Amino acid sequence: MRERQLRARDMLRGDLEGEELERYVEEKVVMTNFEKMLGWARSNSIFPLTFGLACCAIEAPISIVTARYDLARFGAEALRASPRQADMIILSGRVSIKMAPVVRRLYDQMLEPKWAISMGACSSSGGMFSNYAVVQGADKFMPIDLHIPGCPPRPEAVLYGFTKLQRKIQGNPDQGWRARYRAEGSEEWARGGPRSAPSGEAAEAYSAARELLRA
Amino acid sequence: MAEQLVSHRGELVEDRTSEVMTVNIGPHHPATHGVLRLVVDLEGEVVRDLKPVIGYVHTGIEKSCEDKSYWKVIPFVERMDYVSYFFQMEAFCGAVERLIELEIPERAKHLRVIFLELNRIHSHLVWLGTTALDLGAISMLWYCFRERDRILDLFEMATGQRMHTRYFQVGGVIEDIPRGFEQKLRSFIADMPVRVEQYQALLDRNEVFLSRTKNTGIVSRERLLELGVTGPLLRAAGEPWDLRKAFDYLAYPKFDFKIPVGTIGDNYDRYRVRVAEMVESVRIIEQALDGLPEGPFIADDRKYVLPPRSELSTSMESLIHHFKLVTEGYRVGPGEIYYAIESPRGELGCFVLADGSAKPARVHFRDPSFINLQAFKDMSTGSYIADMICSLGMLDPILGGVDR
Amino acid sequence: MPDAPGLELIRGEIEAEHPGAVLDTGFSQERAVLSIDPAHVLAVLSLLRDAPGQGYRFLSSLHAADYLPAEPRFAVHYELLNRDRVERIRVKALLDDPAANGNEKALPEIDSCVEMFPTAEFQEREVFDFFGIVFNGHPDLRRILMPEDYVGWPQRRDFPVGGEPVTFTYNEKNYG
Repeated sequence: MRERQLRARDMLRGDLEGEELERYVEEKVVMTNFEKMLGWARSNSIFPLTFGLACCAIEAPISIVTARYDLARFGAEALRASPRQADMIILSGRVSIKMAPVVRRLYDQMLEPKWAISMGACSSSGGMFSNYAVVQGADKFMPIDLHIPGCPPRPEAVLYGFTKLQRKIQGNPDQGWRARYRAEGSEEWARGGPRSAPSGEAAEAYSAARELLRA
Repeated sequence: MAEQLVSHRGELVEDRTSEVMTVNIGPHHPATHGVLRLVVDLEGEVVRDLKPVIGYVHTGIEKSCEDKSYWKVIPFVERMDYVSYFFQMEAFCGAVERLIELEIPERAKHLRVIFLELNRIHSHLVWLGTTALDLGAISMLWYCFRERDRILDLFEMATGQRMHTRYFQVGGVIEDIPRGFEQKLRSFIADMPVRVEQYQALLDRNEVFLSRTKNTGIVSRERLLELGVTGPLLRAAGEPWDLRKAFDYLAYPKFDFKIPVGTIGDNYDRYRVRVAEMVESVRIIEQALDGLPEGPFIADDRKYVLPPRSELSTSMESLIHHFKLVTEGYRVGPGEIYYAIESPRGELGCFVLADGSAKPARVHFRDPSFINLQAFKDMSTGSYIADMICSLGMLDPILGGVDR
Repeated sequence: MPDAPGLELIRGEIEAEHPGAVLDTGFSQERAVLSIDPAHVLAVLSLLRDAPGQGYRFLSSLHAADYLPAEPRFAVHYELLNRDRVERIRVKALLDDPAANGNEKALPEIDSCVEMFPTAEFQEREVFDFFGIVFNGHPDLRRILMPEDYVGWPQRRDFPVGGEPVTFTYNEKNYG
């Protein structure tokens, strides 16, 4: 600590030379590229939209801005009411068929870059309500960046998802189970996806298995 | 502003005597009350007509319930009025218990009352926080939610979930309260009256709050009764009608509590009635906790209630009952019933039509927010739009209940 | 709740003024139930509300139920409450389904009680929205919870619940 103070004093006086100067500069200066800096700035100053649909709305956005689960420590305390001024929408609650066009319009009104978090089971996949009145997943009409499971998810779970979104914005998405089980590239995609059509032997194996199941 | 805009030659350019503008306060708006859409006819700042458009969070819960066995209906109906979830559970379980004529043990009744009153306090705290936020007293939100988090900690301790706990089952409650719950609850109810006084200290002498809520949104008692409004709105207008006292259900006859009643029914009375109800709920919880009897927490009838797990390895009938109850569910004989309780917003009624099978044929909820919303037009016509926002907060609609 | 003799007295009063209105009386779980003919619903409700001995001035709930396959198919329930004596009574108006007789688009009709009980305004709209029961005389009968242009009466028993099946490998169509 004392050594640092002495070095700082020398720096200011212009007394630091050569190798010491190099080391000092390396410690104090961060080299990065513009995208990373932009990602860091954007992720730490998200303006969420005050948008709550149903039960999850009591947990977020109302409960996560309160003192115990403080969203302000992630820089996102400025909740904006107008979609033009917000850059993140948290779909908290079930999206009914009457509300879906409204949500889409709100999402369209937001300016780029924008992110959407689908919070809870109901907006991720229709939740427990598999019926005529609920859209089975907000994926059906708008792009979602992050899904948070739960019914309703705990505020801590929402904040955990929020940190994952921050990593995604910084360009460094968390690989999750792919990293844990060393399973990159082994995902099965139902529709589309980079390896959606298994080829050759894999396709034959799958169709053989399906025939067996049907028989 | 000139009533009629006249050009320098004396010709009428624009007649501004009656310019009614229709404004859509859309389903997404800063007032944190859920997705309520209001089509308001405004003349200047004065509201002339108001039409609520609802259905934006309609989930088809009543239809989904017809497809599920009776105990699976319980998590569905919880999610209707998503702030007072224990009340929906009680309405449904109570209705089914009446249909099958099942008596629940005393300990279960006391536990149910404790959780119901805790949920009433929770609902009023959410109301107070969000309404004060709408009216500009923003810091109330943090204080109210601090207490709310303590209540949710209690719920989590007893049931494992903060919201939508699925705690009440037909026959009683699903689990007994754990050790340590009673101490934590007692410390909470010791603190609560002090906190309520702190809330009142913040708001009661706030000039802006008082001038916004006093003498605004007045609807007469007779008109409220005609409109079917119940709950704190009716009590604020001077009518001492509370289903807890009128129809003795659960263990309420044993407890001594008062019903706060207002005088003129303006928004200030509604605020005072709800805050006083919080204090009364604390008294009820205290009495329920003091008189909590020992005994079973769920009824004994194995045709409707799951046997305790310890018996499953020893008794064959228990295993069979468990199997039947979990796979098919219990059958409720043909009959229909309407059972109403007092939720924080008014009379919450549950209509169950049973046809003898394991799934209900019709489940309908008479939701108080849905009915109370009809009074909103009477509250706001003729007043300023800012008073309309205040009345909306004091009306306390929860759109999950309105739309079901 | 009005007990059995009380219920019979009420029935007698109603029959005295409007013969043929009451089809049946009954008790279900200690609740007195009056099943009436839908043509007389306003008369019965006004008698229950205004007659000096009755005084059921509060309409707690107005809802409908579909009793398919039993006949008559629909019933509109009026839950009335007398707050002075703290008594409830249920009035069931039994409605047939006219679509069963050939005319596909016909909807069951009943008189609206909005003038007597203003609380019924939203509730009758909800019954219309979900069952297709038309209330004659309602000031603004249109859908309240479903989108305005929705086709179908969701809460009827023959309307499917809807939703999507959970996709597994064997029923996912465009897999692979």
